[in-house]
Amino acid sequence: MQSLHQSLGLSAPELVLSLGAMALLMIGVFRGNGALRLLSWLAVGIYALAIVAVIGGNAGIGYDGLYVADAFSGFLKIVIYVAAAAATLLAVPYMERSHGTRFEFPVLLLLSATGMSMMVSAGDMISLYVGLELQSLAAYVLAAFNRGEARSSEAGLKYFVLGALASGVLLYGISLVYGFTGTTRFDQVAQVIATTPRSIGILFGLTFVLAGLAFKISAVPFHMWTPDVYEGAPTPVAAFFASAPKVAAMGLLTRVAVEAFGGASGDWRQIVIFAAIASIVLGAIGAIGQSNIKRLLAYSSINNVGFALIGLAAATPEGVASVLFYMVVYAVMTIGSFICVLQMRDLDGRPVETIAALSGLSRTRPGLAAAFAIFMFSLAGIPPLFGFWPKFMVFNAAVQAGLVPLAVIGIAASVIGAFYYLKVVKTIYFDEPVQQFAGADSSVNLGMLTLSALFVSPLGYFAIPALSAASLAAARALF
Amino acid sequence: MNALGFPILSIMLAVPLVAALWALFAPGDEEARARNARVSAIAATLIDFVLGLLLWVKFDSTTAAFQFQENMPLFAPYFGWKLGIDGIAMMLIQLSTFLMPICILASWRSIQKRVPEYMAAFLLMETLMIGVFSAQDLFLFYIFFEAGLIPMYLIIGIWGGARRIYASYKFFLYTLLGSVVMLIAMLWMVNQAGTTDIPTLMTHDFPVHAQIWLWLAFFASFAVKMPMWPVHTWLPDAHVEAPTAGSVILAGVLLKMGGYGFIRFSLPMFPEASAQLMWLVFGLSMVAVVYTSLVALVQTDMKKLIAYSSVAHMAFVTIGLFAFNQQGIEGALIVMLSHGLVSGALFLCVGVIYDRLHTREIARYGGLANNMPRYAIFFLLFTMASIGLPGTSGFVGEFLVLLGAYHAGSWVAFVATTGIILGAAYSLYLYRRIAYGPLDKEDVAAMPDLSARELWLLAPIAAVVLWMGVYPESFLKPMRVSVESLMHRIDKAAPQGDAKIARHAPAPTSAAPSSEAH
Repeated sequence: MQSLHQSLGLSAPELVLSLGAMALLMIGVFRGNGALRLLSWLAVGIYALAIVAVIGGNAGIGYDGLYVADAFSGFLKIVIYVAAAAATLLAVPYMERSHGTRFEFPVLLLLSATGMSMMVSAGDMISLYVGLELQSLAAYVLAAFNRGEARSSEAGLKYFVLGALASGVLLYGISLVYGFTGTTRFDQVAQVIATTPRSIGILFGLTFVLAGLAFKISAVPFHMWTPDVYEGAPTPVAAFFASAPKVAAMGLLTRVAVEAFGGASGDWRQIVIFAAIASIVLGAIGAIGQSNIKRLLAYSSINNVGFALIGLAAATPEGVASVLFYMVVYAVMTIGSFICVLQMRDLDGRPVETIAALSGLSRTRPGLAAAFAIFMFSLAGIPPLFGFWPKFMVFNAAVQAGLVPLAVIGIAASVIGAFYYLKVVKTIYFDEPVQQFAGADSSVNLGMLTLSALFVSPLGYFAIPALSAASLAAARALF
Repeated sequence: MNALGFPILSIMLAVPLVAALWALFAPGDEEARARNARVSAIAATLIDFVLGLLLWVKFDSTTAAFQFQENMPLFAPYFGWKLGIDGIAMMLIQLSTFLMPICILASWRSIQKRVPEYMAAFLLMETLMIGVFSAQDLFLFYIFFEAGLIPMYLIIGIWGGARRIYASYKFFLYTLLGSVVMLIAMLWMVNQAGTTDIPTLMTHDFPVHAQIWLWLAFFASFAVKMPMWPVHTWLPDAHVEAPTAGSVILAGVLLKMGGYGFIRFSLPMFPEASAQLMWLVFGLSMVAVVYTSLVALVQTDMKKLIAYSSVAHMAFVTIGLFAFNQQGIEGALIVMLSHGLVSGALFLCVGVIYDRLHTREIARYGGLANNMPRYAIFFLLFTMASIGLPGTSGFVGEFLVLLGAYHAGSWVAFVATTGIILGAAYSLYLYRRIAYGPLDKEDVAAMPDLSARELWLLAPIAAVVLWMGVYPESFLKPMRVSVESLMHRIDKAAPQGDAKIARHAPAPTSAAPSSEAH
């Protein structure tokens, strides 16, 4: 039993975020919508402060086991905060251009980040659920942020209805697990699973919990909402959805699977393997017919989640480390791709979203075209781009765990995926220009674009020693 | 470090890369950037050529050990920056650095749009090709091997012909599908052997039952790259649609990566599997020799004809490699070098007249021997070299391969020899239709003979082709010890051939003196 101030100390990053969110809300209320830029930069400062709190914080268990601060959560939190900060900044020019500039955007992102932070630090089914809902509620509002636009409202509604359904499924699973193990704490669930014969009730609970979480990472067969929500939501929001929440949900799924149900890995592995293969194949095939770049990126994120799940299927420290590594590189690639999409504006400044509009971009905007091509080849996992390496890591983990057939199927299906990425590159480089785009929207976005493109270029390989050591240390915290 | 005191292989990799970046990012208007890109490309490729010659001069051809080694654990714990070459890799690097300046010169005039990107793509290709041949780390090799897809995809897709988009997709997806399975096999091998070091893996004995699967996975990749029948269909499309220099690099060097892969990986790492699956390689090669030669005979497009002849020649390489004897392997290597030069030169010859008339249709030409005598001479020389006329490089390689194939199986040698006859048929038929006959088409008659630049493109290749044909020992010598050590490694698995060769009278071959070595 810890004292309250010990627990509070452990959860310093969340405290920073939630207090910061309230403070920003106050500033916004008094300064009005014109304060968006100021609030965004203040939010970035808060994320930086939270990262400092993560790095300087101690490991331990707080709030009687509800909250865990370890290397695993620390690693994921840093990734989440950086991704959320990037999403905050990349939205500023977009929000200022759109008619309804509203200061709530950075605040909602902060609240969502607080929820994600709780998710990856959850040590108990209840704190898991609370974190997930905090993140989701903010996300529902964000999806419908352009409330004047029918598409955006539709995206918000769809996301909310399906998200609520998934939460219900998750809760049902949690209640079954509680009913059959008598506890909601991960470590105690693991103890019960290790010491008692497997009951069908726990299996049902496990399946429902996994199904609820699969919705959040948009793994097949719970992926249907993704393309619609990404297409309808404002582009910066889609960029956010595709990065930080995916990382958090993936981390949460990994923690639940390994820490609570580690003893039943033989049971959930089949589910994960199915979801992995189905996501890779369906994500790849679904993307081929798309003509909207945001829908294409949505299918691409489904596809990528499938690859990350291959690492989880290995259920080894190396496998978990490869999932973490994958999510880091994936987040950078996705944010970079969405910044490219944000640059697609016609000369009047209206956003363009069709792939055909990219025709001949290499003539009109060679720099942007090169960045786009780098992200596409990288998402396809073609060496020497850095996107190859996380795929390499997950396949390596799968082969080490003896899952060679899974690795072969996964990597063969990645060739299908390569096709639609090539289609984008073909449009950019081989076709004749049809449309002139407006210039870059802000130097901050240009800077972030350059940084992320450099990271996924072959230069990223120099990050392998440090990043793989950090992800392995984080993964070992779960075992 | 190595005998030279500086990391020559890394420098050879870096020079084209730096030039590519400079070509892309140099300031100036379009005219100035194009000029700058051309100049920096030719300079970089010439520097690499000189460095390549330095490699050859300093190369110690008495040892099979890897030379000019470099090792930096940059990407620990997964793989390292590990370079080094043996004789086989050295000769293939010579081929790449020799062909590159010629490719750049061949594109000097014919490429007018987006010159900086074009030159950058070619320079990047050069880095990657040298990387493939000098990588000593399994995953480093894979990265170089796969990375070549991106610039080649762009070269075909941006500067290619009418059906360039179809061809570029086909090239990319075909070769990617082949290679990804190889990656899984590599992961398995590294987990089993505990190292990514290629020289160590070459002496590691993998369990025989696993070797079959590993061999098949590598075969999937290299057979597509080679290309072997029936997975060759990407090649005619890619060759036909690629710009001239792209075809030269594809035929000259990229196809050799498949053969290099067999020598470096399949044979030494999985000798038992190679012996057990020899029938597969022979079967596919025999079909390829006859079938693709017949297909070449009916082509109406010059580039397509040469592309099919490439498939037939590559079948000679696979026959020679899997003959499990020194003549076969040395012959296969010479065929690889010779084909790199000859098919490259033939594509350049096609490019010369394509630049004038902008069609590749054979029927549109005729009688060129009258108004383009110098061109006709070069074209004849390379046609003869492609057929395998004694005195040209083609003869040496094919003769050695047939000799080796005869040891391994007389029927294989029989079928392969019919391929040579068919090869003569389609090559001579092509030459007759283009160079001979009446000069009755006005636009053809108006075509000027070779310019000085074109002459200087073809002359060096012609010289090397003759040199290799007359004195192949210069080219075989650096490779001999490496081939011997390979033979030593695979000898235990070598199957019994059906040829009844008199013990006291060894076949007279240029490789004969060294067969006493083991």
